Amino acid sequence: MEMRRIITPFGEGVVEELKAGDKVLLSGVVYTARDAAHKRFVDTLQAGGSLPLEIKGQVIYYCGPSPALPGRAIGAAGPTTSGRMDVYTPTLLALGLKGMIGKGKRSQAVKEAIVKYRAVYFGATGGAGALLSKAVVSYDIVAYEELGPEAVARLVVKDLPLFVINDTSGNDLYEMGTSKYRR
Amino acid sequence: MREIDVDTIKDVVEKLFIEANYNLPEEVIKRFKNALGEEESPVGREVIEELLLNAEIAHGERIPICQDTGLAILFVEIGQDVHVTGGNLSEAVSEGVRRAYQKGYLRKSACDPFTRRNTGDNTPPILHEKIMPGEQIRIVAMPKGGGSENYSEVRMLTPSDGVDGVKRFVLEMIQRAGANPCPPITVGLGIGGNFETAALLSKEALMLPFGKRNEDPYLGELETSFLGDINKLGIGPEGYGGTVTALDVHIKSQPCHIASLPVAVNIQCHAHRIKEATI
Repeated sequence: MEMRRIITPFGEGVVEELKAGDKVLLSGVVYTARDAAHKRFVDTLQAGGSLPLEIKGQVIYYCGPSPALPGRAIGAAGPTTSGRMDVYTPTLLALGLKGMIGKGKRSQAVKEAIVKYRAVYFGATGGAGALLSKAVVSYDIVAYEELGPEAVARLVVKDLPLFVINDTSGNDLYEMGTSKYRR
Repeated sequence: MREIDVDTIKDVVEKLFIEANYNLPEEVIKRFKNALGEEESPVGREVIEELLLNAEIAHGERIPICQDTGLAILFVEIGQDVHVTGGNLSEAVSEGVRRAYQKGYLRKSACDPFTRRNTGDNTPPILHEKIMPGEQIRIVAMPKGGGSENYSEVRMLTPSDGVDGVKRFVLEMIQRAGANPCPPITVGLGIGGNFETAALLSKEALMLPFGKRNEDPYLGELETSFLGDINKLGIGPEGYGGTVTALDVHIKSQPCHIASLPVAVNIQCHAHRIKEATI
């Protein structure tokens, strides 16, 4: 398959060019955050506080890696199911979050927010944690260390293989793919 | 009466969980290779190629197959002529799990349901014990991720729902799950018994080898026909669309109450990690 290389933070117009079904290799910085971190993000915002990272223009990877063996950047590092983050996601998109990496379908509200705020949702291959870990260059915890595997970490990745699932035009790879092969 | 020391049990449990998380069973890899020939979608085939490569990297470089190294599920069959010495069997199993997740660099995924506080060592395990004839202990270790378990359900159908009702339930579950439980999935169906045995039967059904059909010809045919129906849903590998949504369907069944038709659907992700040993 043809692959396109993209780098974070995304330059002007890059997000708009990505179309559901595209395969991309992503390099640059992404932040891990999953269930507990998302809850804390939104609780913090509701309490009038600020997030532990500047979310504007960033990409979040829904990932809780396994511990790294000595001498390695990270353990297995595949995506978790994104749908559990749906209740928190529109709030983060409104603050300027530009991309999300995970697996599985998003709610209608998230898909609409992706269109509205010009963002993109990527799928990484779920259950391919060993393969995906090879793309991780470094892992540094930036917040909520006490959450263990759910801590927020800054990852530098090189050529992380992804598919575009939801794009700024409102397309959805899951719906497109399923309707094509349904008998 | 044969004596088995708890230290042996601890060692075996530790080894099983580490090995299960790093080495995908040969039969799963074989099933992936067959799926490459069956899958019509090029994207679907590419995903399966990634899964094969992932299994190779996990084994060769000692990285867990998936970062979700699961809750530790164990089926322990204890021969009735075995005497466990040196301590308590279930504590020994927990200790084996604790060591595996620590020494094996496996993720600890067990937490309190409400505070969400991690227990820190992936205990307690989910332990199923059965007394069997003989003087051996058979231990099956199955680390199972949350993503697939979240799309599992027990439903108390009524007798009039019949086989069509069971089929509707199964297809509805899998349709709803879509990409989330990491297809291509394996489906365990527990039919009959009561509320809790249906769930247990569905888990046991997942432990059956690929391609093995139920000995009851009616249930065997049902497995084949459900597999065909699921693969017509179009979900495909990782849900990107395709013709291989499930790798297999297994049914375990037992008699139920005249008023009931309990059915449990337990979904397993493509990373079907399982390892057993007999002491």
